[in-house]
Amino acid sequence: MTDVNVPSSLDGVEPVQSVRTPIRMEYTFTPGVAAQTYLREFGNKKILGNVSPIDGAILVPPRGADPRHGALCEEFVEMPHTGHIGSYCVTNVPIPGRDLDLPYISAWIFLDGADVGFLNLVAECPPEECRIGMRVEAVWKPDEEIGMTAENILYWKPSGGPDIPFAEAGVRGWHARKQGETNA
Amino acid sequence: MRKVAIVAAASRQEEKMLDTEVEMMIPLISEVKAKTGLDQTEIGFTCSGSSDFLAGQAFSFVMTLDAVGPVPPISESHVEMDGAWALYETWVKFQMGIIDTALVYSYGKPSPGSLQDVLSTQLDPYYVAPLWPDAHAVAGLQARTLLEQGIINVDQLADCAVRAGTVESREEYFSQPMLSDPLRKADCPTYADGGVAMILAAEGKAEELCEKPAWITGIDHRIDVHHFGVRDFTTVPSARIAAEKAGVHDGPIDIAELHAAYTTHDLLLRKEMGLPETPNHSQRSYPIKADTLMASGLLRIAEAARAIWEGDANRALAHATAGPLLQQNLICVLSGEDT
Repeated sequence: MTDVNVPSSLDGVEPVQSVRTPIRMEYTFTPGVAAQTYLREFGNKKILGNVSPIDGAILVPPRGADPRHGALCEEFVEMPHTGHIGSYCVTNVPIPGRDLDLPYISAWIFLDGADVGFLNLVAECPPEECRIGMRVEAVWKPDEEIGMTAENILYWKPSGGPDIPFAEAGVRGWHARKQGETNA
Repeated sequence: MRKVAIVAAASRQEEKMLDTEVEMMIPLISEVKAKTGLDQTEIGFTCSGSSDFLAGQAFSFVMTLDAVGPVPPISESHVEMDGAWALYETWVKFQMGIIDTALVYSYGKPSPGSLQDVLSTQLDPYYVAPLWPDAHAVAGLQARTLLEQGIINVDQLADCAVRAGTVESREEYFSQPMLSDPLRKADCPTYADGGVAMILAAEGKAEELCEKPAWITGIDHRIDVHHFGVRDFTTVPSARIAAEKAGVHDGPIDIAELHAAYTTHDLLLRKEMGLPETPNHSQRSYPIKADTLMASGLLRIAEAARAIWEGDANRALAHATAGPLLQQNLICVLSGEDT
């Protein structure tokens, strides 16, 4: 530490090593046009996607933009409550603030017809049975607890039926389809 | 020095927008791309300015890239500054000779939070910020010094307010109660949500994209000391030096777009830059009437460019400021002449 000349009255006084200046700021967010439309319908147990004006890709959840092209998305489409797992992760270590039984599965869920996925939990499925391409369906909260919040869906559970082939699952599926279009 | 011009600009300001930053910026960015016929793959560099403290979330600028379209991946940068400084970074890239076109944008949405509190957080974190002085109070400290030293008088403040349009007459000005004594409401800014987007291009390309490119003939930015205790509130040496370095005095200025959020700042800046207190051409818009933190400075440059495109000016000055009490100042001189 650099030598500092202080008055002799401060001799032997413990130096200040840190100061605390708490900052608190409050914000009232507006979700924007797309998220607002999405959340309203999510509160009615409907899942909406945005349709890209550039190539018709279906983006879930809708953000009002096709981020690949910087294009405004104003068209919405209602999505089914079934899809497949594009990728997943099994968590064995508890995370502060998350009250989940271990191990739990976080997955990238692709709704049927959607071109992008989103993060959600998968349950009612032993981790060793979880796999890319596995078909899943939404498990909603009880109707009286549904609101305009991302927490409406408790988790996704296996819905049976044949898996989506690995090469067509998740974002790989999107690229595979694109490739197909180019070759067509 | 490589010649660089502003070839397209788009902007929007509203008191309170319900759009997200992405929804707000897409139409503006699309507009400047459409005006120039460039798509994102033809733009050499993209640079933006914004503040996480306004958005209330970390790395908020990354989200706003949704409005740009970074597929395939683009060369991009961001400054936690007014967009005028994003333009400066871009101008340096042009001088390096590695780009011929660029997209610059900036935006601010103060409406979700308290801008007075946000502005407090930029102050000295040990001795000043913990006291939470609001921006008007800090401006009041400066105004008091200026008035009591006789450097400006209240009639000048009133005339400046009339010129900027925050009041219609001196009588109306003096009828207003004090807001942050000695400042009245008419001396202080009204805040707005908004954004600006523009396209820049180098000589050889600019003429293809725009009938009358607004050439940057000089640009410079300087910073004054952060600590209030050693600042002389009655002078703005950073603005004076930046103006000299940007070549403000090398010719007549037809229009000066000043980023003055307070009447006191308008008067001080004019004094430091040797501009007439009663200009022949009024500004196209006044930050004191609609101040968008992070975008007001870039908007001044956009307005100066518009003055050139529309033939209102041959030589225009744009000024941007950041930090408390005109701490940092950027001056940009634009010319319609292909010199």
